[in-house]
Amino acid sequence: MTVKQISVFIENKVGGLATITDVLAQAGVNIRALSIADTSDFGILRLIVDDVFKAGNALRENGHIYSITDVLAVAGDDKPGSIARIVATLAKEGIGMDYAYAFFAKKENLAYMIVRVEEMDKAAKALRENGIHLAGEEEIARL
Amino acid sequence: MGKRYFQPEIETMPVEQIKELQNERLVKQVQHVWDNVPYYRKKMEEKGVTPADIKSTADLHKLPFLTKDDLRDAYPYGLLGKPKKDCVRIQSTSGTTGRRVVAFYTQHDIDLWEDCCARAIVAAGGSDEDVVQVAYGYGLFTGGPGLNGGSHKVGSLTVPMSSGNTDRQIQFMVDMESTILCCTPSYAAYLGEAIEEKGYRNQIKLKAGIFGAEAWTEEMRQEIQNKLGIKAYDIYGLTETSGPGVSFECEEQTGMHINEDHFLAEIINPETGEVLPEGEKGELVFTSLTKEAFPLLRYRTKDLCVLTRKPCSCGRTHIKMSKPLGRSDDMLIIRGVNVFPSQIETVLLNEGMTPNYQIIVDRVNNTDTFDINVEMSQEMFSDSLGKVAEKEKQLVASLKAMLGIQAKVHLVEPKSITRSEGKAVRIIDKRKLYG
Repeated sequence: MTVKQISVFIENKVGGLATITDVLAQAGVNIRALSIADTSDFGILRLIVDDVFKAGNALRENGHIYSITDVLAVAGDDKPGSIARIVATLAKEGIGMDYAYAFFAKKENLAYMIVRVEEMDKAAKALRENGIHLAGEEEIARL
Repeated sequence: MGKRYFQPEIETMPVEQIKELQNERLVKQVQHVWDNVPYYRKKMEEKGVTPADIKSTADLHKLPFLTKDDLRDAYPYGLLGKPKKDCVRIQSTSGTTGRRVVAFYTQHDIDLWEDCCARAIVAAGGSDEDVVQVAYGYGLFTGGPGLNGGSHKVGSLTVPMSSGNTDRQIQFMVDMESTILCCTPSYAAYLGEAIEEKGYRNQIKLKAGIFGAEAWTEEMRQEIQNKLGIKAYDIYGLTETSGPGVSFECEEQTGMHINEDHFLAEIINPETGEVLPEGEKGELVFTSLTKEAFPLLRYRTKDLCVLTRKPCSCGRTHIKMSKPLGRSDDMLIIRGVNVFPSQIETVLLNEGMTPNYQIIVDRVNNTDTFDINVEMSQEMFSDSLGKVAEKEKQLVASLKAMLGIQAKVHLVEPKSITRSEGKAVRIIDKRKLYG
């Protein structure tokens, strides 16, 4: 089970991020989680949103370059050691992570870790077999 | 005591005699080209002109123009005026694509070219008493070989440094007691700063510099003169016509004397091709009167300037051209290298990118900076920072291979490049090269 992440190109300059979050705000898109990877002159803004379709349309209409990537949304209890458990499970299977970031959902009292790996199926299987919950699109949209 | 002129009988020849010499040489040269360069002969035939129509320089306007495109069409040997076995040298511009210019020389051509450079050195006060440090690039570039040969002709002690390695340049300058420096004006300014920084100002013996291969302003001249404590002379030339020494400045520093015994200059309206009267600004066109191996007739330089025959206090009678006042095409000269925006477009297309780019050239501490903004495209983008950075690196490498110089690439938002009336602004040149 995977969720869709939107990755948006941003120029590394003051206001670069604001332009994009503004587009999404105007379109009524709710941002669940956000992370930025950057070099000295550009970056990739990675977003988990409540409505990927709406977000994509708004970005395209405003001339932004983006791509959609499948990522794992791994849930854990909001307590010490839950992220450590997720990471250890993947490491044990020899699965390297491309990137990861996390957010907290108050309503569910859960911590979610967004993970991108090369071997998505293998990772999903390993996590499930270790009793770790993977969230789907609907669960994320509901948050 | 040095001479005032390298070849006084030619350099101070009465104007009427120069014109007579030009008439004679032009007639001969047109016949030479007609007989030996089928490419140009065909152009003449298409225009309905034969050598019989060219009786003097007054008939020059009847001849067809040559452009850089012709040089590309005829590349590599199509404009050769002598059999290959009679040629002894090539020189070339740095372009690595179809824009590259390759020029050929017989030994006779090299002799005359070196004479022209020798005239420039003597005009800058050079003699056999001088130590001439040549810090232009050697190799395919004409700068090093041209001034090197000229310096030999003058009898100066020649220091063939080539470009770069600033510490060694300064060391030789101090140890050899160099008196004349030949390089690009931007490198001269850079050397000036380095010498000041290292506190060598009192140990250098320079009195003059001969600087060319890129456009520079009067302000830059003042700066170089002050920094190095020398007189800075401009020199002009292009690979197509031989190299540096087509024209050079005398002590008046008010324009460059064109070596009219070898080069016939015209100013034309770049739009219509019509010849303009003396004193009007237009595109400079050269006819080489004496070159054997690469005898270009009516070659369009794309440099905009003004010619004047007002008498010069130096005693030279040859016509003077202003510093180039701009270009009639979009060519940029960056760190001495010719760059055409179309080359950047070609690279972007080859790399599978949309050709939305903008060149930003500036001069910081007298060195050209060269930045290219490239609009991000869907094709280039992916979720992986590493992959995008890899593509960016690949782009930088391809640009370097195409242009011969390093550019700093910046990936920018789509549609963020300034558009004026719907047309993207491709070049922002902040250098103020033309005063």
